[in-house]
Amino acid sequence: MSLWQKLACVILALVLCGSVAANWLAPAGYAKQYREATDAPPSRAHWLGTDEMGRDRFARVLYGTRISLLLAPAAALLSTLMAALIGGLAGYLGGIWARMAMAVTDLFLSLPWLFLLITARALMPLNVSPLISVMVTFMLLGLLGWTTAARVLCTTAASLRGSDFVRQAQAAGLPAQRLFWVHVVPNLKPVLYAQFWISIPVFILSEANLGILGLGVAEPMPSWGSLLKELEGLVSIGEEPWKFVPLILLVVVVTSFQVLLSKQEEMAA
Amino acid sequence: MRRHKSGFEQMTNTCGTAISVAMLCLGFLLGHAVAQGGGELRFCLRTEPKTFDPLKVEDDASASIRYLTGGVLVRVNRQTQDLEPGLAVSWKVSKDGRQISFRLRSGILFSDGTPFSAEDVAYTVQQLMDPALHSPTGDAFRSGTGNVETNVVSPSQIVITFPAQVAGLDRLFDQVAILSQRSSKKEMAVLGPFMVADYKPGSSVLLKRNPNYWKTDEQGRKLPYLDSIHLDIQPNRDVELLRFKRGELDLINSLDSEYFDKLAATSPQVVHDAGASLDSEQLWFNEVAKSPIPNYKKNWFRSASFRRAISEAINREDLSRVVFHGHAQPAVGPFSPANKFWFNSKLKPQPYSSDAALKALQDEGFRMENGTLKDKDGNEVVFSIITNSGNKYRERMAVLIQDDLQKIGIRVNVVTLDFPSLIERMTQTFDYEAIILGLTNVDLDPNGEMNVWLSSSENHQWNPQQKAPETAWEAEIDRLMRAQASSSDPKKRKEAFDRVQEIVVEQEPFIFLINKNALSAVSAAVQGAAPMILSPQTFWNAERLFVGTK
Repeated sequence: MSLWQKLACVILALVLCGSVAANWLAPAGYAKQYREATDAPPSRAHWLGTDEMGRDRFARVLYGTRISLLLAPAAALLSTLMAALIGGLAGYLGGIWARMAMAVTDLFLSLPWLFLLITARALMPLNVSPLISVMVTFMLLGLLGWTTAARVLCTTAASLRGSDFVRQAQAAGLPAQRLFWVHVVPNLKPVLYAQFWISIPVFILSEANLGILGLGVAEPMPSWGSLLKELEGLVSIGEEPWKFVPLILLVVVVTSFQVLLSKQEEMAA
Repeated sequence: MRRHKSGFEQMTNTCGTAISVAMLCLGFLLGHAVAQGGGELRFCLRTEPKTFDPLKVEDDASASIRYLTGGVLVRVNRQTQDLEPGLAVSWKVSKDGRQISFRLRSGILFSDGTPFSAEDVAYTVQQLMDPALHSPTGDAFRSGTGNVETNVVSPSQIVITFPAQVAGLDRLFDQVAILSQRSSKKEMAVLGPFMVADYKPGSSVLLKRNPNYWKTDEQGRKLPYLDSIHLDIQPNRDVELLRFKRGELDLINSLDSEYFDKLAATSPQVVHDAGASLDSEQLWFNEVAKSPIPNYKKNWFRSASFRRAISEAINREDLSRVVFHGHAQPAVGPFSPANKFWFNSKLKPQPYSSDAALKALQDEGFRMENGTLKDKDGNEVVFSIITNSGNKYRERMAVLIQDDLQKIGIRVNVVTLDFPSLIERMTQTFDYEAIILGLTNVDLDPNGEMNVWLSSSENHQWNPQQKAPETAWEAEIDRLMRAQASSSDPKKRKEAFDRVQEIVVEQEPFIFLINKNALSAVSAAVQGAAPMILSPQTFWNAERLFVGTK
């Protein structure tokens, strides 16, 4: 592990610990409104100032990080499992199965996912708590985000199918199911890990994009997306630099994931 | 060889130089005046104008162009809110409110040189009322079945008779730009201060001074002062603000409170807060009997006591201060105090008191259990408020209301939806519990809101299209609205509409939240600007504006 990768690990660990310990670190709840101190600059009481409704920005960053950082891996796990099931199996079976799976994948890739998410949100029941809304948002992201990974896994599984050790195992009379689980799946693992790590920053950014459009996590619950909405209409960077903290955090975390990812890509290669 | 100048020569030379300099200065000044005139005014339209035909206008951008180019018989003065003569010198409405006669100015020409007469008014009215044209402006005049009769008495006199009474008939002509019957340029021949000179779709509209405009100022100088108006089509408010700051634009209409404060921080002299506008923001509950929401919730929403308690628990002062940075006023009722004549001045904003609200709910059988409010059947009081995504002011109001209602044990889920989904739920499926939306009022007269207050109307949002009024108070509002619409006596109309306002405040089918202030920005280079609350706020007196020096 290189120095940069160690640093990335430390950063991610610190951010994760900070967000998990939000209950103790935050000076107030994320929804507490200080209406007499709206849009306040950083002070001793509010380290990162307050937002336009007087809510402590530091508390919202901590809680928002917890949501984005815990649910993005969950969505990544869901999408990777779906990719493994659809792509991996199709690649291993080959023939019509592979063609059908890739046709479905292409269909999903061609869907305008943003409109799909907007439609899905519009069809959802209205009276759901913010917690359920955030979980549904990430679940939708996970359910729609498996396609690219499925193509990679299909190709990898197809190449494994034609490899010498699989042919030898088949020649030795190993049943297909056992062959898949004992010989194919372990060889797909590095690709699965890589796809999992790749998906995390993608889902974090997707949620942020949805949040900017007002379609992500429901109020008053914070997420990086809703925090980034504050930057809308900000005319100059120097005006209120503390508002950039969520953006900086997002860039640092995504970069840390990318640095760690290079290790995973090496493993996959 | 040096030559000494005589005294005479020196004097002649000095005089010559002085005359030359004077001539140069005069030439420069004259040249400057000719080149600049009243200058060019630049501002943004936020959408593409859908039409230049004044009778088909239904969007803001087209309405702005109609205001600047169209000549009207009578004009509502945006400052005094009184009706003033335009192309008509005088007018008279019959006692039954069906007939209006106009005496017109003579010697007026359209922008293309064709003369204006009563025939043009008759032609415009017939076009306006043609059902095939589907004129949104004409809809306001449609009060009964039958044809409109136009009787041209003389080139400067016309009598227009409608099949049924039209309340506030004369004021409606403020929106009717007169077309030329004879001009080959059709709607591009105008009687207003400006005319469309160039249009680049998606980019800009250039308006030039109408050389045949009939008005003059007090010194007898022809109006308008401005040479031209350059309208950039720019939907992005941030870009609009940046361009204004860079001096590329001269004014911004309907400024957001956030942008207003940003501009005020650096250039306080350019921003104008004209006070509460006619626009309101309100919350309402779904009272539709067939809506797919649980019956116990319908019972809450259909109870006036419940609605009043919710209204009392909302801190409107905070909505105004926190969400709109103080550039809004707590709303009183259907009409804003900005509507000088029609507002019922006896009404006062609902005072905020969460304790009183909780007590009122407890009197109705609700009870507090571990910080949660429950109804008499033990159902937790929880409902969702939807609003359109992307409108940060409404989202923020919803979040503040969520927090206010939490104090009396009510759990509110705030949901933002894309606008088409919201409209579908509001008008088709009725699958919602509460909504925050706004009403934009362009008409001072209550007749403009008939489609909201009549129980049979589609826009009677809390319970639309009722076959017969479902409550006694809605029946009473129907009766009063019809009474005021069928009377031509302003005093009787006012009495009827005052009572409508009182009933609305008592029953709170709409919980009126705030009236936004009319905010605008006008560059220091623009002279003569006096932004008002009525649309178009900043350029209502465009004919008297000038940029730089006249």
